[in-house]
Amino acid sequence: MELLSGFFVQPFLDIASSWPFFAEVVIGGLLTGVMYSLVALGFVLIFKASGVFNFAQGSMVLFAALTLVGLIEHGLPVWLAIIASLAVMVALAYAVERFMLRPLVNQAPIILFMATIGLNFVLEGSGQIAWGSNVKELNIGIPDSSFTVAGVLLNEFDLYAALIAAILVVLLAVFFQKTTIGRALRAVADDHQAALSVGIPLKTIWVIVWSVAGAVALVAGVMWGAKSGVQFSLSLIALKALPVLILGGFTSVPGAILGGLIIGVGEKVAEVYWGPLVGGAIENWFAYMLAMVFLFFRPQGLFGERIIERV
Amino acid sequence: MIYREAGQFKSSYAGDQAIFPIFQDRLVVGAALAFAFIAVPLIADEYWLQALLIPFLIFALAAIGLNLLTGYAGQLSLGTGAFMAVGAYATYKITTAFPGLNLLVVFLLAGLIAAGVGIVFGLPSLRIKGFYLAVATLAAQFFIQWLFNKVGWFYNNNPSGTITAPPRAVFGVMIAGPEALASVRYLVALSVLTVFALAAKNLVRGRIGRSWMAIRDMDIAAEIMGIRPLQTKLMAFAISSFYCGVAGAMFVFLWLGSAETLAFDINVSFQVLFMIIIGGLGSILGSILGAAFITLVPILLTNAPDLVGLPMEVALERHIESIVFGVMIVYFLIVEPNGFARLWQIAKEKLRRWPFPY
Repeated sequence: MELLSGFFVQPFLDIASSWPFFAEVVIGGLLTGVMYSLVALGFVLIFKASGVFNFAQGSMVLFAALTLVGLIEHGLPVWLAIIASLAVMVALAYAVERFMLRPLVNQAPIILFMATIGLNFVLEGSGQIAWGSNVKELNIGIPDSSFTVAGVLLNEFDLYAALIAAILVVLLAVFFQKTTIGRALRAVADDHQAALSVGIPLKTIWVIVWSVAGAVALVAGVMWGAKSGVQFSLSLIALKALPVLILGGFTSVPGAILGGLIIGVGEKVAEVYWGPLVGGAIENWFAYMLAMVFLFFRPQGLFGERIIERV
Repeated sequence: MIYREAGQFKSSYAGDQAIFPIFQDRLVVGAALAFAFIAVPLIADEYWLQALLIPFLIFALAAIGLNLLTGYAGQLSLGTGAFMAVGAYATYKITTAFPGLNLLVVFLLAGLIAAGVGIVFGLPSLRIKGFYLAVATLAAQFFIQWLFNKVGWFYNNNPSGTITAPPRAVFGVMIAGPEALASVRYLVALSVLTVFALAAKNLVRGRIGRSWMAIRDMDIAAEIMGIRPLQTKLMAFAISSFYCGVAGAMFVFLWLGSAETLAFDINVSFQVLFMIIIGGLGSILGSILGAAFITLVPILLTNAPDLVGLPMEVALERHIESIVFGVMIVYFLIVEPNGFARLWQIAKEKLRRWPFPY
């Protein structure tokens, strides 16, 4: 009985008794969620356009952040380093298309998935060889101070992160909806063969979409790096982006955002209010459980394309 | 010429249904088994057994288990490490509670427990498919790892938080614990693998295996044909987890000696998945070849700089190792996406015609 009340009554009483604290937890969760969304976005872009479940997105984040930090350490000004890192990500996209995707065209999804895990190893190794494997500070001049609004503690950095994510999403939306390339990308995402037959160059599209994913990875890497230092564990946030993905649906950009927010809030609230009851550190698996339970009701995620099966 | 089945007539139903209907196959398999059982323990030293052969056998068993689930039944799983952990921790709990029980029996019991856990985490497969299911199985991976870490009961509340293989003898021979000889542990692992591989081979040729393949190829069509998806999928999860559980038990008791949950993290799941993809999805032989490849290559890569006389820093070496490993995987997938099993088929075809071009 005590256990039941501990699980089902006490946490809600705690929430009700201290609203500002709850709001703080929720806002903290939302802002972490934004960071997850940034990583998940890269997954969605690539999955939409090429049907590849890109496991290497996490190490692309690490690779981009390491490149940026390395260049800044070599004395480049920040803006130049960012442009150079972008160039590196585009070059990487080109190399991936040329040496990995093109020879593997028409293979089963699981083969492509495995290939991206191979890419994951390559990126982790080469990034650390090129720039060293120590934890690095990344300071790009975003202020990191706290202030209170209506009794709720807020962090300026987190707000900037949310702002940047919002700008990024708007940019991506405009890019996808309004530009010729964006329209071509959507065509490819809908149907490879039909897109090919109306003259859309598939190879170029893949390079572009991997470049865009690389750019998104750079943004995510900068934000995570500025928050917690550039280090190897950055590549592990890919694992955190997976439940976000299945919650939002593999093919939906808004899904990635909303999924990230739900996961971020859910796991923070669960950790703070229910975590102590079972010994803490439930953040590792809670997101997966949440996503799995969610899938029972909507197997294609929040905004995923409806799964229609025919014999 | 060498591999010719001409003139080998099947004169009985038993002969027609044999696993190895061709004389040359029986010869090769028999010779390989004889070599593994008799010659290897005599010629291999402690290092070879401990660093190479025992992990290979254990991972081969886990790979067969995952291949039954992913290769035959088509359910992508990333929870192998967790199911192995269930087997290992269950063995530890049972054998410390009943020290007199034969360890091999304990392995089987632990496998059964792992099968039960597998069924629970297989339930989502009825509703979720493909990569969505893969991510859902990650829930098993992270949850079970967390559970074994947090709840002291699973490791008998010992302060180190690890499970350690106590000394256990079967028929008067030490097979687990610090005093067990590497060659004995090797032979036990080899026997278990042989029995289980044969069982798996028979399983996939029978009614169960065929229903798995039907589900894999198109589950709706299979359902319309009268195959029950519930039973079939859960059976695949149960049997696969049983194999993985036994492999996990051997992982701790025949190989590492002691382990904590970190030994069963997500990398183990990926490693086993690599094995079956490089070996060949839907092939028992492929699982074994893939396991050999994946356990062998990192060891080769680690020793390679010394062999060519090029000493380098440990960290740098590890990064280069990771790069080479990644490139090899991508290259292999490009060259032969169907894995070693397909290469073996091609080789047999070549041998059949040799020395003539066709």
